[in-house]
Amino acid sequence: MVNLAHLIPVFPFAAFVVNILFGRRVKKFSAIVSISASTISLCLSIYTLVCFLKGQGSYTLFKWLIFGGTSLNIGVIVDPLTCMMLVVVTIIGTLIQIYSIGYMKDDARFSRFFAYMSLFMGSMLGLLLADNFVMLYIFWEGVGLCSYLLISFWFEKPSAARAGMKAFITTRIGDTGLLIGIFILIFSAHTVYFSELGNLNGASPLFTAAAILIFCGAVGKSAQFPLHVWLPDAMEGPTPVSALIHAATMVAAGVYLVARCFIFFSSHGQALICVAYVGGITAFFAATIATVNNDIKRVLAYSTISQLGFMMMGLGVGGYSAGTFHLMTHAFFKALLFLCAGSVIHSIHTQDIQKMGGVFRKMKITGLTFVIASLAISGIPPFAGFWSKDEILSEIMRNGHPFLFVLAAVTSLLTAFYMFRLIFLVLFGKSRSEIHPHESPKVMTVPLSILAVFAIFIGLVGSPFMNNAFQNFIYLGQTHESESLKPDYAVMGFSTLLAVLGIGIAYLLYILNKNILPQRVRQHFSPLYNLVYNKYYVDEIYDFLFIRPTMRLAKLAFKFDLGVIDGTVNGVAKLTVIFSKIAAWIDRYIVDGAVNMTAKIVGIFSLVLRRTQTGYIQTYLLIAFFGLVIIIFVKLIIGG
Amino acid sequence: MIPESHFLMLGAALFSIGVFGVFTRRNAIGILMSIELILNAANINLITFSKFSASPDGLGQIFALFVIAIAAASAVVGLCLVISIYRNSKTILVNKINLMKW
Repeated sequence: MVNLAHLIPVFPFAAFVVNILFGRRVKKFSAIVSISASTISLCLSIYTLVCFLKGQGSYTLFKWLIFGGTSLNIGVIVDPLTCMMLVVVTIIGTLIQIYSIGYMKDDARFSRFFAYMSLFMGSMLGLLLADNFVMLYIFWEGVGLCSYLLISFWFEKPSAARAGMKAFITTRIGDTGLLIGIFILIFSAHTVYFSELGNLNGASPLFTAAAILIFCGAVGKSAQFPLHVWLPDAMEGPTPVSALIHAATMVAAGVYLVARCFIFFSSHGQALICVAYVGGITAFFAATIATVNNDIKRVLAYSTISQLGFMMMGLGVGGYSAGTFHLMTHAFFKALLFLCAGSVIHSIHTQDIQKMGGVFRKMKITGLTFVIASLAISGIPPFAGFWSKDEILSEIMRNGHPFLFVLAAVTSLLTAFYMFRLIFLVLFGKSRSEIHPHESPKVMTVPLSILAVFAIFIGLVGSPFMNNAFQNFIYLGQTHESESLKPDYAVMGFSTLLAVLGIGIAYLLYILNKNILPQRVRQHFSPLYNLVYNKYYVDEIYDFLFIRPTMRLAKLAFKFDLGVIDGTVNGVAKLTVIFSKIAAWIDRYIVDGAVNMTAKIVGIFSLVLRRTQTGYIQTYLLIAFFGLVIIIFVKLIIGG
Repeated sequence: MIPESHFLMLGAALFSIGVFGVFTRRNAIGILMSIELILNAANINLITFSKFSASPDGLGQIFALFVIAIAAASAVVGLCLVISIYRNSKTILVNKINLMKW
């Protein structure tokens, strides 16, 4: 079979070019361009998966750069992780773009939206196919750029423009780490290829540093603590963007990076532990914020951060398949959650869950899929999230990290709680303000239904019912030891119990007691509540520690600029003016004076001499004649 | 036999009359006529010297014929100039024609 994997990103890039150049001409047709490009990519991804199962692997395309003795080849990596990600990204990407037709219907920059979406798809697929760090970094920045463009898509809103900048700058901090990590690898190990990472198992502290720096990139991209602050603000973008980029795919790129370098991480234990703890802290930390936030999309954003932390934790404790499995299931149900939220927002034009309520009665399909997705993320069997989350929990248990296990368990409980808080406040009860919900058009509900089917069943591929097909697949061609595939019924029961408990608490608080107990809780725990409600003041701390000193430094530099540099420039200018005034004086009175004087002298002489020019031809003749006579006389006298 | 000096005196007289005419006439045609006188004075001198030379060979007479021909040509050119001046300035009085004056 022919290798076609390298063509997968080409089609979305082509769609981007068409839409950005001819967007005004093609108008609504741009959606078809983008969606068909994604669909072709989807077909090619499935084809690549089939090829891989038939035994075809990574391949090199061409030699790109030659430096020193080594050369950099552009190649395509085809392994279980990439195949899985390719299929997931293209399925979700295509569905979300279809959904966007409905969501962005009346937007003035409709075709530009699809252009950016295609650019994102191309970059993301390129990122997944990259077989070396340099290519990965290029596409890594490409998806970052798309994220920026799409967050600040409605740039008329100052908050959206600011959110875009915040996302770009915050992730850049992590990316700098990634870049330094890549440099360390190049200079100490002379390699940029993922396939050679397995050979770097020397206990050099340089390698550990490189691993941690690469993880920094993942922290920025996957919005892990302490660089998580950009993701909630990124919700300023259109909801399909939040679903595709900030829930399902781009933010998962960080997790993908750690999974891609998993061999490297696992041979440098400290780095792996670092991953696990950062993930664990993030998971817990973001889950607590999600329990009190009142913006439907921000709750989901914190939930995303928390779930990404979960994946990191899974990878960090050594659960390669657990982390990647959760990455896959999460992509489906979180995309679904965002699209449901988008459907609700599209219908009632508010994001404040305190103003919603009772939406279910009018929006049956949206409501039903919302509930399915929430059950999936909460970890109720047999929905998708249960299997993956359970696997992470049992991996943590098996590898003996009691602290992390407690964190993960509490996070699971909190996840179920905040998801059903959202469900109960949005979908059920009485509406708390004047809202008129109505079901969204088919173009939006059909993708919801398809994703809902995935959210229910996709988990089964990693369950004992299907002989752990996913885990067996993801370990194809891997050299490191596989995890225990024995189902751990104790952990399964425990996690289900936690989920049910979380849902129960939410039901008690928000349905039975009609929101009264939270008020009391607020009174009793108001300092704690305020702390969480204000997101642990992380933004304020960053503002105080980094932003304000930077601004002060900038102002100082501005003053320096104004006083010293501008002063110097102005001084030079003034000096030049003075010099030119002197030069002008010299020019006017000395140079011009000399010229004018010459002219005047000539004029005076001509005044006298012009009297000889009478204009009478006879005068001239007379003078000529007498001149001749004189010459003849002179000649006669001298010449004799 | 008329002596040589008489011819020469006639030539000198004609020349002087011609020069005087050139200097004093205000009419351009008059000037041209005076110039003809000068040329004819020269012709008389040429023929005289040809006739009275030690070895007369008639060269001077031939020369005089050339002068007559050229004088006719120059008179034509001169009259053309006069006509065109008249057309432009409605006068042929040379003291009225002062385009070259400052």
